[in-house]
Formats: sequence, C-alpha cells, structure tokens
Amino acid sequence: MVAYILRRILLAIPVLIGIVVVVFFLIRAIPGDPCTSLLGERATEEACERFNEAKGLNEPIYVQLGIYMRDVVTFDLGESVRFSRPVNQLLIERLPLTMELATAALFLAVIVGIPLGVLAARRHNTFIDTGTTALSNVGVSMPVFWLGLMLSYLFAVVLRDTFLQLPPTGRLSPGVIPDPYYEVWGWELTPDTFWATLNEFLGNFVFFNSIITSQWDVFWDAFKHMILPAVALSTIPLPIITRITRSSLLEVMGKDYIRTARAKGAREGSVVRAHALRNALLPVVTIVGLQLGALLGGAVLTETVFNLAGVGRALFDAITGRDFAIVQGFTVIIAGGYVLVNLLVDLSYAWLDPRIRLE
Amino acid sequence: MTKEITGRHSRRMSRSEAIEMLEAQAAGPERLFEHPMSQWRLALRRFRERKSGMLGLGIVVFLILVAVFAPLIAPYEPNQVLIGREDVGPREPPCVHILGCDESLPQHILGTDANVRDEFSRVIYGSRVSLSLGFFTVTLALVVGSTIGAIAGYRGGWLDNILMRLMDVILGFPSLLLAIAIVMVLGRGLQNALLAIAVVTMPGYARVMRAQVLAIKESDYVSASQALGASPTRILIRRVIPNAMTPIVVLATLGVATAILEAAGLSFLGLGAQPPTAEWGTMLASERNNVFTSPHLVFFPGLAIMITVLGFNLMGDGLRDALDPSLNK
Repeated sequence: MVAYILRRILLAIPVLIGIVVVVFFLIRAIPGDPCTSLLGERATEEACERFNEAKGLNEPIYVQLGIYMRDVVTFDLGESVRFSRPVNQLLIERLPLTMELATAALFLAVIVGIPLGVLAARRHNTFIDTGTTALSNVGVSMPVFWLGLMLSYLFAVVLRDTFLQLPPTGRLSPGVIPDPYYEVWGWELTPDTFWATLNEFLGNFVFFNSIITSQWDVFWDAFKHMILPAVALSTIPLPIITRITRSSLLEVMGKDYIRTARAKGAREGSVVRAHALRNALLPVVTIVGLQLGALLGGAVLTETVFNLAGVGRALFDAITGRDFAIVQGFTVIIAGGYVLVNLLVDLSYAWLDPRIRLE
Repeated sequence: MTKEITGRHSRRMSRSEAIEMLEAQAAGPERLFEHPMSQWRLALRRFRERKSGMLGLGIVVFLILVAVFAPLIAPYEPNQVLIGREDVGPREPPCVHILGCDESLPQHILGTDANVRDEFSRVIYGSRVSLSLGFFTVTLALVVGSTIGAIAGYRGGWLDNILMRLMDVILGFPSLLLAIAIVMVLGRGLQNALLAIAVVTMPGYARVMRAQVLAIKESDYVSASQALGASPTRILIRRVIPNAMTPIVVLATLGVATAILEAAGLSFLGLGAQPPTAEWGTMLASERNNVFTSPHLVFFPGLAIMITVLGFNLMGDGLRDALDPSLNK
C-alpha cells in the first residue's frame, strides 16, 4: 500500500509542474501587453516602464517562470493588478462559495442518483428502468446554463407569491449579513497571521458559519439561494452517477455470492443492501472524483447565470480583464486541487479494493 | 436474414451472422482486414436492434436534413430585420395561427428576438453552425489525438512518455477552464472556440488509440507484416490503425455531443460565436437578462442544443453497444 501511494504521488508531481508551466506560458501568449490594457490605450511609455518595473515584467521570461514557480510553491500568488489586492485574499473570499456550491451539487447528485440507479437496476427492463435511462440521457444532454435560467424563470416568475418562490440570483438577500464565528465568539485575531487567514477562510463558508453560530435566519436565506444553482449544477454528475450505479449493481447482482446470499434465505432487500450495493458502489466513487473537473467547469457557467461571486466567475472576469495574477493563481489552484482530489480518489479506491494495489 | 436460430432471445446471433463470423474466423484475421465491411455489417445489424440508438440516429439525420434544407424550411433569412416589413415588435411571444393566434398578425412560430428577427428561422439556421462545429472539432481532435496516440503506442520509450505526459497535463485541467484560457489567448470567435475544444478533447483519442495500438502491436498479423519486411509506417497505417478504429468511432460520436455542449457554453460566456451569427449559445446568452420577460428567447435555443446533444449521445451509446458486443449484458 505504501509503495502504491508513493508511486501515485510521484506520478502526480510532473502533472502539477506541467500545469504551472502551461498556465504561465498561456498567460504570456495572450496578445497585447498588460500595461496598456490596465493603464489604458493612452498610457505613456514612461508610465508603462514604471509599471513593468514594479510588476517584475521586465525580467527575461525564464527568470519570470522561475520566480513564478517559487511563488506558487510558497503560496505567494502575487497581487491582482485591477483590485490591487493579493490573489490569496481573493481566493479566501471566493473559494468557499464555489466549494459550497460544488459540494451541494455533488451531495444532491449522490442522494438522488444512487437510489435512482438502485431502483432502475432492481426493476431491470421495466418501465421504471427505461424511464430512468431516458431521464439520465436527457440530463447529460442539457446545458446547465439553460437549465439554470429556466429554473430561475420558473421559481421566481411563474411561482411568484406561492410558497415555492425562490430567489433567482445572489448568495444572500440584501441586508442579510452574516457575522463570522470568530467575531461572534469574540476571538482576538492578529491580522496577517496564518491563524487569522485560516479563520477568515473558514468564516466565509456561509453554511458552516451560520450553523456553528446558530444564525438560523442567515442559514435559511443562504439555503434558499443555493437551491436553484445546486440543482442546475447537479445535473452534470447526477445522470452519470445514476448510470454507473445501475450498470454496476446489475453486474454485481449476477455474481455467485449474491446467489449464495439468496440461497441462504436472505430477503431481497438485505441482499441488495448488505451484499450487492457495497461492492457495486466502488466504481461510483471513481466517477464522483472524475466528475469534479466537469463540476468546476459547470460552476463557471452556474455562477455566471446566478450572479454568484465564486472563483469560477472571478476567473472569467479576470480573463476578460487580463488580470494575469488572478488568472494564473486561480487556474493553478483549481487545476492543482483537481489533480489532488483525483489522487485521493485513486488512493481511496485502492483502500476499498485491495486488488488495485497489486497492479 | 434476421431469422433467429432460437426464437427466445433476440440477442442471440442470427443464422447469417453466425455463418459470417465462422467464415471470418476460419479465414483468420487477415480476412477480416481484407473485407473490413463484414464486421461493420455485423455491427450495423446489432445497432438496428437498439431502439435508443436508432432514435439517436433518427434525431441526427433529421438535424442534418434541417441544416441542409434550412433555406427551404425557414420562412425568413436568419439575419433579416423585420422592422418596416411587418407589423411586429421586438421580443414578441410566439404566434401560431392554428393554435389560436389572431390571423391578422404575422405568424412567428417561436416569436421574434430583440432585433425583430424571426426566432424560428434563426433556430433553424443555428443547426448549420452547431453541426459543422461539432463535426470539425471532432475531426480535428480525432486526427491529431489519434496520431499522437498511435505514435506514442507504436514507438514507445521516451517519445511515448513525453507525449502521454503532455496529454496528462491537458487532462489535469477542468476542460472548460482550459478551453476558456485558450480562447483568451487566441481571441474570441467560433473558429478559436473550435480549436480550443479540439485541444481539450484530444487526450481522450490519444489515450484510446495508444491502448489499442499497444494491444494490436503484439498480434500475429502485425508480426507477420514485420516478418515480410513492411516499414513501420506502412504497418501503422495499413494494419494497426484500421483495426484500432472501433472505440475511436464511438468516442468520436459521443465527442460531437460534448463539443456542441462545450461550444454552447463558451458562446454563452461570450467567447464563442459572436453576434449576429445565429448560434444557439450566443442567441441564448444575448437574451439571458430578459429571461423573466421573454423566456421563449432562452427556451427554444436551449431546447435545440439539448435535442442535438441528445441525438449524438443516444447514437454514440447505440454504436458502442453494437461495436463492442462484450458490453451487452
């Protein structure tokens, strides 16, 4: 197991380095220099010179790359030229929303997708099975931004003034301002320390923060705002989880040990729960991990539709506004996180299924 | 032709299928290669049995017909502004005469858009953009990706390592994010969106092709060609690649669906097709702030995207089942 873990980690390192290098050169390949796009078309050469000097853009490209590599490793992601604030700070503000959105969508997809897949497999070749397959085909084919817009139309306009009305955009209603838990509890945090930053980051998870401080009005408001984006985004992983659960369970149900379990007189329900489902869920774990990339891509679209200030939306704004530091920092962090999650999924898979380790 | 040897299971092989297979087996793999149609004919027969696959094929054929005959189907030119020509305003809801819309009003099945253009005509013409985009993107990704995979698999060694690690790096990014970044480097527009999606989907073809080549490389008929003194290029092109195409074809069909969906996403973010092109993602994006007042301008282009993607997905699934019988349970 240890050898397997080490090998998988070693394999992930070149990919991570490759990602940093690719991002670095992609940003440098964008036509037009950052100076004119930031200081305006009429910026004087002198002003540009000072600007480039201040931002380190005059060094040779390989020195810039070297500096960048060192900075990434030490989590110094530079400063956004447009906001004049550290990229780290922006990540602290925006990452929690995207993580909450992705988690909510994935949670929804798992609690709906797995039972649906089980149902389809147990009623194999019936109307329920065909219906589930048809639905998941439609789900896979649906653009999330379209579904998001249609949902907000349905729940904010058609169902207005009914108990089903939901807010179409934003994370919280205007006027609802959550108090971070460290202020509620009167903690004294020294600014610019790791401890303060960590608490600030955790405090930006609205659900987490409102639950531990019992700010139930904030929680309820955030919950209502999260429903539509999460439902829209969940249509990316949901059909795939349903399909994999179904086909995997069908395969397991044909195994000899299921016949044995039935032969000893176990009830069908407990055969499925205790014997079949456990083994059938292995491939589902892998798929959940692999869906994360698609989920992050979908988060950009979902955040755009629902006007949510998450990393996806910020990244898109930064690309449009040529904010090099944000684009570099966010892309590296997102892609790096994606590689790490896949690594964790691989490892958990090896832990769940001992055969993998021997490969 | 479809007379079954046993009537009980429709999945059993028909008599002619069985004979063909036995013949092919008797003649050895070379025979299969000399007449590659025989295995494709078998697959075609299996494909016809899959209802969902046939539905997908039906949708795709229908869309191709719509795209080809768009000028005959669409009542207006896609970019024709109707101000001064008819008595309609911008963003009018759908008006269909047989559904009770007043006969005195001009008929616009899907209403009009913000620039007083006929939405139905634009949706019809949009099929041309999406289908050709899907086709070209996949062709590009397939040709470049499988060439990389074939070379990596056949040559092996350091070249294999470098090429496949490069593919791993591309796969390391969430695909839409990388596509967005590439479009920003190349500039907005449909062609660049096409290129970007081709780049991010390339590793799939490379990986599958490489795995196929690795398996086929060891087969007897390749050894036979080598013994006869055929050059590596000849073996790769004449022996290996044709036999590796099956999963690539499936991947490509499903790839069209992915490409259309991702391109629509890029267009929605304003990075793909630019107005006034009648592209579904762009049409939807330009009206997204008016979804509460004129939902039809968001609904119909999105529905068109969904139906198109659904068609290719169903067809791809059907093809996979048909081409790889081992997956049939």
